[in-house]
Amino acid sequence: MVPVAFPPVTVTLIWIAVALFAIGLYLSWTAGRLDRLHARIDAARAALDAQLLRRASVAQELATSNVLDPAASIVLYEAAHAARQAEEEQREVAESDLSQALRAVFGDVDQVEAVREAPGGVEAAEELAQAVRRVPMARRFHNDAVRAARALRRHRKVRLFRLAGHAPFPLAFEMDDEPPVALADRPGS
Amino acid sequence: MKIGIVCPYSWDVPGGVQFHIRDLAEHLIRLGHEVSVLAPADEDTPLPPYVVSAGRAVPVPYNGSVARLSFGFLSAARVRRWLHDGTFDVIHIHEPASPSLGLLTCWAAQGPIVATFHTSTARSRAMVAAYPILQHALEKISARIAVSEYARRTLVEHLGGDAVVIPNGVDVDFFARAEPKAEWQGGTIGFIGRIDEPRKGLPVLMKALPKILAELPETRLLVAGRGDEEEAVASLPAEMRSRVEFLGMVSDEDKARLLRSVDVYVAPNTGGESFGIILVEALSAGAPVLASDLDAFAQVLDQGGAGDLFANEDADALATAAVKLLGDADRRAGLSERGSAHVRRFDWSTVGADILAVYETVTDGTTSVAADERSTGLRARFARARD
Repeated sequence: MVPVAFPPVTVTLIWIAVALFAIGLYLSWTAGRLDRLHARIDAARAALDAQLLRRASVAQELATSNVLDPAASIVLYEAAHAARQAEEEQREVAESDLSQALRAVFGDVDQVEAVREAPGGVEAAEELAQAVRRVPMARRFHNDAVRAARALRRHRKVRLFRLAGHAPFPLAFEMDDEPPVALADRPGS
Repeated sequence: MKIGIVCPYSWDVPGGVQFHIRDLAEHLIRLGHEVSVLAPADEDTPLPPYVVSAGRAVPVPYNGSVARLSFGFLSAARVRRWLHDGTFDVIHIHEPASPSLGLLTCWAAQGPIVATFHTSTARSRAMVAAYPILQHALEKISARIAVSEYARRTLVEHLGGDAVVIPNGVDVDFFARAEPKAEWQGGTIGFIGRIDEPRKGLPVLMKALPKILAELPETRLLVAGRGDEEEAVASLPAEMRSRVEFLGMVSDEDKARLLRSVDVYVAPNTGGESFGIILVEALSAGAPVLASDLDAFAQVLDQGGAGDLFANEDADALATAAVKLLGDADRRAGLSERGSAHVRRFDWSTVGADILAVYETVTDGTTSVAADERSTGLRARFARARD
């Protein structure tokens, strides 16, 4: 025997309220998850931008330093300049072009050695080596975050209840980021 | 930089992951960073000053063997307290998918989290079942590191997403400078690893040994590692058993000296390897290496450039390759030279710089690590008050 007997309608209403509360809790938890993923993408994107900018700056510096031959200087300067000035839609192409230019100019170990022998060249070569290695790293972390967010956003509950709000659907950053062999002689990655 | 490192396995028990974390922490401290390692450890174990105990690890059956893991209410509270007190710029979790401190930290923290995946065994069943639980915790990881291309592939297949490959580090000079021991020199083959663990491949080597001895009767096999020695040589004809010498467990110094002394180091492992640190150690010591052609091994050996490979589990192929290598001093010298040059990329100076590059990449443009109050608000505060 139930000590206090509610009419059946009330019992049903209580159960509905409990169910709604549970669903609400779950949805708010999912929204929190999504929010965190978006924050992660923003941070990863900022880091990627920083690395790309660093790479373009070092490349431009080297191109104007008179260490390289005039032809290589122009190729590198053009690509680095284009990468820095590129509009958002052209960015991936411009950055890929810079990767290609870097590979063309620093494809040879001797070229890297020549840079190192110039005054201040050891630091410049080291900076460039770091930059070309960190770009793929940052890009991988960014795209990993994008993939996680996209997987969640495609979910029915997120679409149905518009949990993502007005946040734009996250896009991966696709580019050719293969570093020049002479600068990044490491296994894997 | 203030760095927090989380070790999932008991600090009292020696193991690959623990050694990796110890070396990484000491390397980072030498570079002037502030490092704190959270690891399960018994109360009475002497710990290095940078290790914080997360309490005793409990032996539980996990993934086909008994693992000493840390979980439960008390561990979770300790993790929170460590995160709270540490105010780290970045935390580095090892094996975040194993049900231990790594997963708990993932659950409890927010901010820049780096995770290294060490194992690459295809435990698909457990992974699939645990996926929804893991997913929420793993989503918080800002940067994933896999120790080899092979480990990365497994990670991508099982959990999706991507990772950068940074190999495990070795102190190359420690091995390169070790003094060879005369009694271990002269037609010797070296093997280091658990004797009674078939995946380490000693049975394959034992099967190949009669063929090697038939060609080169003066060859000796030196075996270092734990296990039943009688059983290990049971398959050998009685007159050949004297050609096998068991050294038992050896110290790090003796391991280095052994690797410096042997003519050929053989790694006949049959599987379950995601990296192969022992190969890197052998290469560091300048030992010519002959290894089974596991994916991970082939990668460490530069697809055969820095060491010879033979078809996995094929004792005949092993015997042929070993005889060829033992009889050809020039080839051994060439392998040793190329190996020593190749192995530099596994030195802590290189590996440490790469790991720091990952830390710097994820901390660019974010705040520091904090306890995640959003997901577990009340319960977390309650837990911290209790501890």
